[in-house]
Amino acid sequence: MHALRVLGWGWVFHAKMMTRSAFDGLLAVLWPLFFATVAFFMFRNGGNPELLVYAALGAAVMGVWTATSVPASSALQRARWHGVLELLVATPVHFSLVLLPVTIATSAIGLYCLAATILWGKFAFGIDLPMEHPFAFALAVPATVISVGMLGFLLAVAFVRFRRSWAMGAVLEYPVWLICGFLVPLSLLPDWVRPISWALGPTWGMNAIRQASMGGTPLPDVAICFALGLGYVAAGVLMLNSVLRSAREHATLALT
Amino acid sequence: MTYALRVFFVGGLTSYRALFGWLSPSILLTTLFATPIFQILLFAYIGRTAKLENDEFYVIGNAIQYVSIPCVFGMVQMISGERYAQTLAFVLVTPAGRLPLFLGRAFPVVLNGAAVAVVSFGVAALLLDVGVRPSSLPSLLAVAVLASFSCTGFGLVLAGIGLRVRETSVMNNIVFGLLLIFTGSNVRLDRLPDWMQAIGGSMPLTHAITAGREVADGASLADVTGLLAWEAALGAVYMLAGYAFLIFMETQSRRRATLEIS
Repeated sequence: MHALRVLGWGWVFHAKMMTRSAFDGLLAVLWPLFFATVAFFMFRNGGNPELLVYAALGAAVMGVWTATSVPASSALQRARWHGVLELLVATPVHFSLVLLPVTIATSAIGLYCLAATILWGKFAFGIDLPMEHPFAFALAVPATVISVGMLGFLLAVAFVRFRRSWAMGAVLEYPVWLICGFLVPLSLLPDWVRPISWALGPTWGMNAIRQASMGGTPLPDVAICFALGLGYVAAGVLMLNSVLRSAREHATLALT
Repeated sequence: MTYALRVFFVGGLTSYRALFGWLSPSILLTTLFATPIFQILLFAYIGRTAKLENDEFYVIGNAIQYVSIPCVFGMVQMISGERYAQTLAFVLVTPAGRLPLFLGRAFPVVLNGAAVAVVSFGVAALLLDVGVRPSSLPSLLAVAVLASFSCTGFGLVLAGIGLRVRETSVMNNIVFGLLLIFTGSNVRLDRLPDWMQAIGGSMPLTHAITAGREVADGASLADVTGLLAWEAALGAVYMLAGYAFLIFMETQSRRRATLEIS
């Protein structure tokens, strides 16, 4: 119960802070819209209306990853800048309970972008999304957001030793857009890319959202997406324990 | 004269090296050279999915469009980086002429932008098996340098705005997104609405991208003189406007004491 309170309030505080940041809030919504606009023009010129729906859903989910990749990768560095990293690490609760709500708050900002992209597609390009399984859609979206936030948690821990971790997150933005099948079917990518795609939660989340909207069996994809997210958290906690032990032993938490 | 040249070359080089002070070379190089390759791959695969253009179209379009990252970000960072390091006031209080001071800082950015276009084009062309005749490569290099020049001029205008705007990184990213849409880097200009074509025609990179595609298809530089002249003229206008705007904003910043607080 105590852990859930830490997670819940941590999420609320960080989500509120991010919505007031021009970079984390406004730009996270606008940035994928630029790419969505280009993609909509490309698919519209292609003349296949079904692909336009495919692109609208993919572009909408792209924003969830965009909202997560840079802010989550740099979450610990941001805490360093604010001078609170040592205090947060020293709190009695496990540090993962402090960090996880931060990264899930970043991916939750992507919900703004998801909604904005769907509305942009509808009003600017006349794309009406079908909704074959509305309840599954309502389940798939939060599951994808949480799973992406969990992947962000793993990134945040993995990049703890990098002073410029935001740049690492920025470099990962396009590759994940590409290999998770947001705008390009996985079947078009080289064979060796597919196992990497399958190991990424956003791939399954994207599948689930598409099948919930366009028809199919979304629930297994939702389950895989969420299970992968839990796997990222487990790996992140193990890595975090090791990193914190090393930082305490060598007094390198501040990276100064 | 010698003094002005020193400010131009030494000041420009020092300022450019300062970019590596706030961002380590490995990270900067990854950002500048790896990211555009992924952007090219992304749009090339979207193009394959939509069954629109061939890969060469996206390789050329995105390699040239990506010069906006080093050029726009580099020029705005000229102001915001100095402010972050608390050296902006010292730079602007010097008696150095503003022409060599600002244009000297733009010169390495032009070369950097061209290098980004060339490397990302080369690597992406290899990855996607895009063949361009070797005889076209020098012409493509000239197009890349010209695109970088015009975009740096545009960046100089934005650097002036950076004297008053706090969230420069947000502004830069929005500008990058607008260039992605309006320059025809991924959608042929004639497939865009008329009003978008009109805006695109007045933006940097648009004519260079079209010229680059024609050169890659076998045209000579002489064949695309009109496009290159437009790009060069736009670059010169932006460069002069940016210089004048910087002088104006500097004066305003002194008058309103907003140099450090904006």
